[in-house]
Amino acid sequence: MQEKLNEILNRAKESLEKATSIQETEDIRIQMLGKKGELTSILKSMKDLSPEEKKALGMGVNKAKAEVEEMLQKKFEEVKTKARAVKLQAEKIDVTEPGKEVELGSKHPLTVTIEEITKVFKNMGFSVVEGPEIETVFHNFDALNAGPNHPARDMTDTFYVNEDILLRTQTSPVQVRTLLKEEPPIRVISPGRVFRCDTPDATHSPVFHQIEGLVVDEGITMADLKGVLDSFAKQLFGENTRTKFRPHHFPFTEPSAEMDVSCFKCGGKGCRVCKGSGWIEILGCGMVHPNVLKVGDIDTEKYTGFAFGLGAERVAMLKYEIDDIRLNYENDMRYIKQFK
Amino acid sequence: MIVPVKWLNDYTPVNVSAEEFCDRMIMSGSNLETCTMMGTGIEGVVVGKIEKIEKHPDADKLVVCQVNVGKETVQIVTGATNVFEGALVPVALDGAHIPGPLHGQPKTEDGVTITKGALRGVESCGMLCGAGELGIEDKCIPMIYKDGIWILEGEYALGEDIVTALDLEDAIVDFEITPNRPDCLAMLGMAREASATFNTELKMPQTKCKNEVDDVNDYIKVEVKSDLCKRYTARVIKDLKIGQSPWWLQKRLIAAGMRPINNIVDITNFVMLEYGQPLHAFDIRQLAGAKIVVDTAKDGEKFVTLDGVERTLTADMLMINDGEKPVAVAGVMGGLNSEILEDTEVMVLESANFFSNSVRLTSKALTLRTEASSRYEKGIDPNLCEEASDRFCYLVESLGAGTVVKGIIDYYPEVEKASVVKARVSRINKVLGLDLPREQMVSYLESLEMKVEGEGDELLVTAPTVRQDIEIEEDIVEEVARLYGYDNLPTTLPRGNKEAGEPLAKTMRDVARDSLCAMGLNEILTYSFVSPKVFDMTRIDEDSWERGYVKILNPLGEDYSVMRTFLTPNMMEVLARNYSRKLDKVRCFEIGNCFTENYMDPKALPDEGYSICIGAYGQGEDFFTLKGVVVSLLEKMGVKDLTFEAESEYGVYHPGRCARIVAKHNLELESGVVEEEIEVGIMGEVHPEVMENYGIKTRCYVCELLLDNIIAASNMEIRFTPIPKYPAISRDIALLVKEDVTVGAIEKVIKDAANSLLKEVKLFDVYRGDQVEKGFKSAAFSLLYRDNDKTLTDDEVSAVHQGVLKALEEELEAKLREM
Repeated sequence: MQEKLNEILNRAKESLEKATSIQETEDIRIQMLGKKGELTSILKSMKDLSPEEKKALGMGVNKAKAEVEEMLQKKFEEVKTKARAVKLQAEKIDVTEPGKEVELGSKHPLTVTIEEITKVFKNMGFSVVEGPEIETVFHNFDALNAGPNHPARDMTDTFYVNEDILLRTQTSPVQVRTLLKEEPPIRVISPGRVFRCDTPDATHSPVFHQIEGLVVDEGITMADLKGVLDSFAKQLFGENTRTKFRPHHFPFTEPSAEMDVSCFKCGGKGCRVCKGSGWIEILGCGMVHPNVLKVGDIDTEKYTGFAFGLGAERVAMLKYEIDDIRLNYENDMRYIKQFK
Repeated sequence: MIVPVKWLNDYTPVNVSAEEFCDRMIMSGSNLETCTMMGTGIEGVVVGKIEKIEKHPDADKLVVCQVNVGKETVQIVTGATNVFEGALVPVALDGAHIPGPLHGQPKTEDGVTITKGALRGVESCGMLCGAGELGIEDKCIPMIYKDGIWILEGEYALGEDIVTALDLEDAIVDFEITPNRPDCLAMLGMAREASATFNTELKMPQTKCKNEVDDVNDYIKVEVKSDLCKRYTARVIKDLKIGQSPWWLQKRLIAAGMRPINNIVDITNFVMLEYGQPLHAFDIRQLAGAKIVVDTAKDGEKFVTLDGVERTLTADMLMINDGEKPVAVAGVMGGLNSEILEDTEVMVLESANFFSNSVRLTSKALTLRTEASSRYEKGIDPNLCEEASDRFCYLVESLGAGTVVKGIIDYYPEVEKASVVKARVSRINKVLGLDLPREQMVSYLESLEMKVEGEGDELLVTAPTVRQDIEIEEDIVEEVARLYGYDNLPTTLPRGNKEAGEPLAKTMRDVARDSLCAMGLNEILTYSFVSPKVFDMTRIDEDSWERGYVKILNPLGEDYSVMRTFLTPNMMEVLARNYSRKLDKVRCFEIGNCFTENYMDPKALPDEGYSICIGAYGQGEDFFTLKGVVVSLLEKMGVKDLTFEAESEYGVYHPGRCARIVAKHNLELESGVVEEEIEVGIMGEVHPEVMENYGIKTRCYVCELLLDNIIAASNMEIRFTPIPKYPAISRDIALLVKEDVTVGAIEKVIKDAANSLLKEVKLFDVYRGDQVEKGFKSAAFSLLYRDNDKTLTDDEVSAVHQGVLKALEEELEAKLREM
């Protein structure tokens, strides 16, 4: 009997060695251990044997069964691993083929610029305030200390709806509205759309955008103005940015200044963007003129303030090196989609 | 203001490089436009004397000159016609370099090198130069040798380098003068700035004549009839000898960008540039009645100005007249009828001051802007009139151009006096964040020729009357700040902190923009003004609110003449532009302000409100794609309970493919909160006629939403509901209904008929075809039932579901189809 078991074991071993697939291995399992399998049949043939013989044979068969099971398990593992490898190999893809399109929309470059600038100021505690785009002459000129004969009031410069109402030429009237409504401390910015009678060309647009800022509090100094705007420039254009304040003139600030930033393209060495000077003029600013504070009934002895304004188009065009302002209002998708 | 630095040095000795000069002037408040070098790029050009001129043997238009250049005499062939024997000329020798351009040729970057050669077989050892070839701007070259060789007046050593001989080298700095500093539109004004900036002495020009004869009152009478004239002075010069100005004077004018004409005109211009005070010379022969009358014009009167143009005057224009007729537009330009001629012997010199706004309006109305008008309109100190007039007389006398008549006629009813401005040391330091001592402030102010009195904290400042901008304490703050140097001010951050807020409308616009971009739409921005034609182009009804536009009085043109009332026309234009540029698919949106007339109070500001407009065309775009975007957008904006009502009357859209978008909002009344419907927008497929009007040949889809209404209906609050613990039971039904029964109506019946166990109704198919009778359609829905507190049984669901089916049958004649 033992010989027969040995013979079965050898055969199992031989056929398992030859097997290459899960199916073949499974067939061998059934042939050996299935209900009608060879080792199972031997056990079935034991019913005529004596208890001692049964015991001896049973032990032999169980040992053989365990051996076969072990061999089968090993084989199963082997063929499974092999089969998976084959499958994975067959499923190889070309990862350089393009991805399925999920298109993300783009914000308009002017929005992107305004958002960036707004974010910088919000981080410095500036609230956003807004005002109407169709304004009164009072808010746009009178209250901002622009004399009755100021040339900007001319119909060749400013769009009028009637003699008292115009399309605002600057975001500065929002300063006036804020001063009329709020008490110091005031710390606001106001991004918005403004209008001037300029025939569109590469550098002029009758519609454009400004960002206005106003700070009024006790003890606000021109040093604070420099500090805030210098910090703004560093946050917007990079920490190595340097600023330069030049005296200038605006009716609603005194003293007034223009701020230049070191060219963010060349770092100040001189290039096409900064026209070789290393500096780029970026905004106008100054200490709020007392005549403007008085409009808001603010005690000019107690409170001082500063204001500033910059053009979003100018910043966007410099930053992205856009050579024609009209592209912003043409809305060719091939232009807009570049600002993702 | 163009400032030749060598000229500036006549008044204050600034001995620094051009670069340093510009940098320091910028930082003290004179902003730079440009800085260019004059007299550069010239090498090997010397003074020569034409000894002999002969005809060229083979060319009619050329002559052969023997030119003495000091060490030698060279032969040069020229085509110029203004040369003569004995003339002193600039000679470019063999190998010389000049900036060019050569006569009649375009300008080159690197200039031109002159070499020896033969012209039609005759040797030419260089070139005789015109002023333009030596870099003098065309508009500044004196007429007499404008198109020929530069004939030098005066004595020069032969062979001397031309740059040295004529002292051509100079830095020409063009400053941007801000409107508050008209005093800087003068060399003396700039000298005052330079003197304060570099701490150099300021020397005023000579104005005292040595010899004056007769009495001005015997020559001319002046009568001023209009108060638009602040001051009028007249002096008389006789025995005029009109001729060329000396080179030093010509050079000053050329450097400042003006063409020398003759000595009288040149001195007028020179003094104007020096003081900023325009002067005008009349030929006394032409002044009828030997009289000057300053008065406004007669309406419609015609007048020919010096430039030969006939102009029509209006009654608000100030004129200078003689006893009979106008002879000059005050402060703008003289008349052709009274100008100084070659043979003028006696002239009247006007040095006057007119109201700046009057000059500005006149110059604008006549579209005539001159050096004089541009100065007057910015404001000139009337105290300058007499000094400038005296300076003119001094120069006439010292150049031997005439004899000055004694006396001045001076109409000056209200003398402009310097006012005292009170400032405080403490206030200046407070505004600037500094701690400067009084003495330092005083020294800055004195360097600007201001007189400072008072003591302690108080500064009583008297500025020269040319400084019309010094009016209040803050002006003094600025003067101290700029001389201290803005760059030297400390840099601090304001103390205190504020929380940064923003208006809800802005937050909502940002939410909308972010959502739409995330859904793959691109943002556009368009002009706020449109053509009034767009309302017809988009088929807006005659009496619709969209036509309640605000009109611009002075638009750039008809196409930009009214404020947009809604964004759809601009969207159509953008879609059309992209379509015409062959872009096959566009999805975009605009968030923009719209304007409508204020019906309640037409004198008040118009109504403003933001719209969100979405537009799309191309593959994959249809009504339902857009509707999906709109629903998601509104959901993100807090508007979740929406109905879409079919609309067939709105002109913009296809009558069968348009919906009004209606939301619910809570109206707070005194009696309590009432839920009300509010229309948040409209959307649809654009009407074929509208598409035709915009030249689009593919279907496009547009939606316009009103931000204010969205905000009214919005609830951004999010409250968590527990994730269901018990399983749901789903029942799918296919309903056979008449074609005109809408999905919306079916959904409404289902929801109304069911109880709270029904959690979701979802359409998953609509079928029309062979299996369905004509005029009917099959709509398949999936209904989801769930109890939040226990597992539902089939019986419980069936009870509700049967009720739903019954209601569908009763209300909509909907029959259940076999699935």
